[in-house]
Amino acid sequence: MDTSEDILQQASPGLIPGSGTARAAKPTRLSPSFISWLQAGPMMLVFLAFFLIPLVFVVIVSFWDYNEYQLLPAFSGRGYTDTFEGCIAQLPDLCTIAKTYLKTLKLCFLVWAITLFIGFWVAYFLAFHVKSKTWQTGLSLLCTIPFWTSNVIRMIAWIPLLGRNGLVNSGLMKTGLISQPVEWLLFSEFSVVLALVHLFTFFMVVPIFNSMIRIDKSLIEAAYDAGATGFQTLVNVIIPLAKPGIVIGSIFVITIVMGDFITIGVMGGQQIAAAGKIIETRVNALQFPAAAANAVILLVITFLIITMMSRIVDIKKEL
Amino acid sequence: MTETTKKTGVSRRTLLKSTAGLAGLAAGSGAITGFPYVMSAEPKVLRYLGTAVNEGDDISKQCLKDTGIKIEYITATTDDVTKRVMTQPNSFDVLDTEYFSLKKIVPSGNILALDAKKIKEFDNITPVFTKGETPGGKKIGGQGTAPWKVLYLEGKDSKKFATSATEFVTLIPTVYNADTLGIRPDIIKRPISSWAELLNPEFKGKASILNIPSIGIMDAAMVVEATGKYKYADKGNMTKEEIDLTMKVMTEAKKAGQFRAFWKDFNESVNLMASGETVIQSMWSPAVTKVRSMGIACTFQPLKEGYRSWASGFCVSKGVSGPKLDWAYEFVNWFLSGYAGAYLNRQGYYSAVLSTAKANMEPYEWAYWMEGKPAEKDIKAPDGSLLEKTGAVRDGGSYEDRMGGVACWNAVMDENDYMVRKWNEFIAA
Repeated sequence: MDTSEDILQQASPGLIPGSGTARAAKPTRLSPSFISWLQAGPMMLVFLAFFLIPLVFVVIVSFWDYNEYQLLPAFSGRGYTDTFEGCIAQLPDLCTIAKTYLKTLKLCFLVWAITLFIGFWVAYFLAFHVKSKTWQTGLSLLCTIPFWTSNVIRMIAWIPLLGRNGLVNSGLMKTGLISQPVEWLLFSEFSVVLALVHLFTFFMVVPIFNSMIRIDKSLIEAAYDAGATGFQTLVNVIIPLAKPGIVIGSIFVITIVMGDFITIGVMGGQQIAAAGKIIETRVNALQFPAAAANAVILLVITFLIITMMSRIVDIKKEL
Repeated sequence: MTETTKKTGVSRRTLLKSTAGLAGLAAGSGAITGFPYVMSAEPKVLRYLGTAVNEGDDISKQCLKDTGIKIEYITATTDDVTKRVMTQPNSFDVLDTEYFSLKKIVPSGNILALDAKKIKEFDNITPVFTKGETPGGKKIGGQGTAPWKVLYLEGKDSKKFATSATEFVTLIPTVYNADTLGIRPDIIKRPISSWAELLNPEFKGKASILNIPSIGIMDAAMVVEATGKYKYADKGNMTKEEIDLTMKVMTEAKKAGQFRAFWKDFNESVNLMASGETVIQSMWSPAVTKVRSMGIACTFQPLKEGYRSWASGFCVSKGVSGPKLDWAYEFVNWFLSGYAGAYLNRQGYYSAVLSTAKANMEPYEWAYWMEGKPAEKDIKAPDGSLLEKTGAVRDGGSYEDRMGGVACWNAVMDENDYMVRKWNEFIAA
């Protein structure tokens, strides 16, 4: 799987060039460590120029002041204090930012749990039940179908299906299961989760499949010979060995959903708050420092979640 | 964040290709300078930044034919146009934007006011812009950022709006309209006459407003005032308490499930209405026309409290000078000379110079669009598609009635920062 390696490489640039060190052990005048630096160099430069430096700017700007039409490069915590406005004064009611993050985390958890469940079984099927390599590639390409259309088209496509006069509602009404159209099918948390799962299960499938395909088949045979049931093999052999894939897939899904505002906006009828949405509104109002402050908060929270996850599994060691 | 992460599957090859393309684009857009300036070899090109409202292909083709000026459209949403003026003032020549954004753009010093003396038709511009009244003498509501409040600057490089006419014009007026609620008369089946109906529990789960704070808050204010809960001194410039009150009313409605969805984009509003997801919502005139052209009944309902109006016009980037500035004047003069005005009128907007637009329209068209008379013949859109059959009357009637009924204008408030925060709170509620 070419794509999955590409994804892995971009997710944690240190990993694959690092394993290159072992391969480059041929006798040569250049020292091995120099070669590995050389190999990792281009990616590091790209990372520095297009990720780290802009990120530093975002953090700096988040502490600037602003007015209607320009940034004022003077130290100000206004971006942050405005964001947390009312968080203490309004107690026990939650303030805007707390409500927004609770909602985002809830959506994130639901999407994560569902994509993990579906993604795990799709990957399991691909890795252990599909024998031919061609079929494995072909079937995993099928998972990319949701990406063939744009967001706008997807939104337009969901209305005839889930809308008040849509296919699902008219079908249910014909069978007599309901007498009134069901409203929560569209522009609700349900539709948001549905759309996100539909989109991002792929990001779960690929890394988990990648881990599963590396599992030595003789281990499963050994488990079977030792008298383990299918369930015991799954719990004691396959899941522990697929853990790195599960964690990487989870990181993908969680980071994407935490920052998403387009899908949540479109499927939630713009009525559901999202951490990314706050940033967008601020940017559109030209309040860049406030937007930057919110971006930093989002980054810190996402980073905390990922740190917690990598506590559970040491990805570097597992790979 | 979504966008960047989605691109993780990009291979190095496509990445290289796209960067090469970008470099080419930069070269093409004139970002790489230093080439010798040869007058005769250079075509007259103007980069035109604006929203999709005025940017018809027919307009640019006709302009090329009449003046030899090639218009390159840069299309963005209202918010993104303003953002671009602030952050990349050299990326465009002519700017087409709304008057309410001037409160942000003018203090930034990134635009150049145009000289009224060089605009041939300036004296013929409708008094809506210059005096705040219709040609028939009706006074127009001035709450919000009404164009006549921000039409002139005190001096060439001034950042202050003049209180009386000067020769330095911030935006040469081009197009404007009076907005109201769109409804589905076939589903509602009774007359609607007030903005208050937007929050009527009868339409629970079937109402919608715009999710563009600076416009949405104005619609919200019209609703609050219509329900009799509060009377604003100036809807377009609320105090913090007034913002709190307005958002409180809207938040309660939202929590009670009044709104089906909020919309942000022209097509979203069309879809919501056409699919029957909503039956009453804030809307724009061409969106109503679009729904109607799909064979679905939709009315741009005049309401007793009046319309919320908007207007836009032209200025140029501060980086424009020399022959380019002359072309810009030539282009603006051409735009006001009739063809474009007639084109806009036929879409249901209004043109700034009425006399030249009239000369470019058929008398029956003028009677339908501007005088509120029943159509003598079928009314067609600029592209030739059928809009209304013979006998139809424009929603809201004549120009005098519609523009004369304007209550307020899209606005940027002094408390804009606070308002945006409260809007986020409203969405999160």
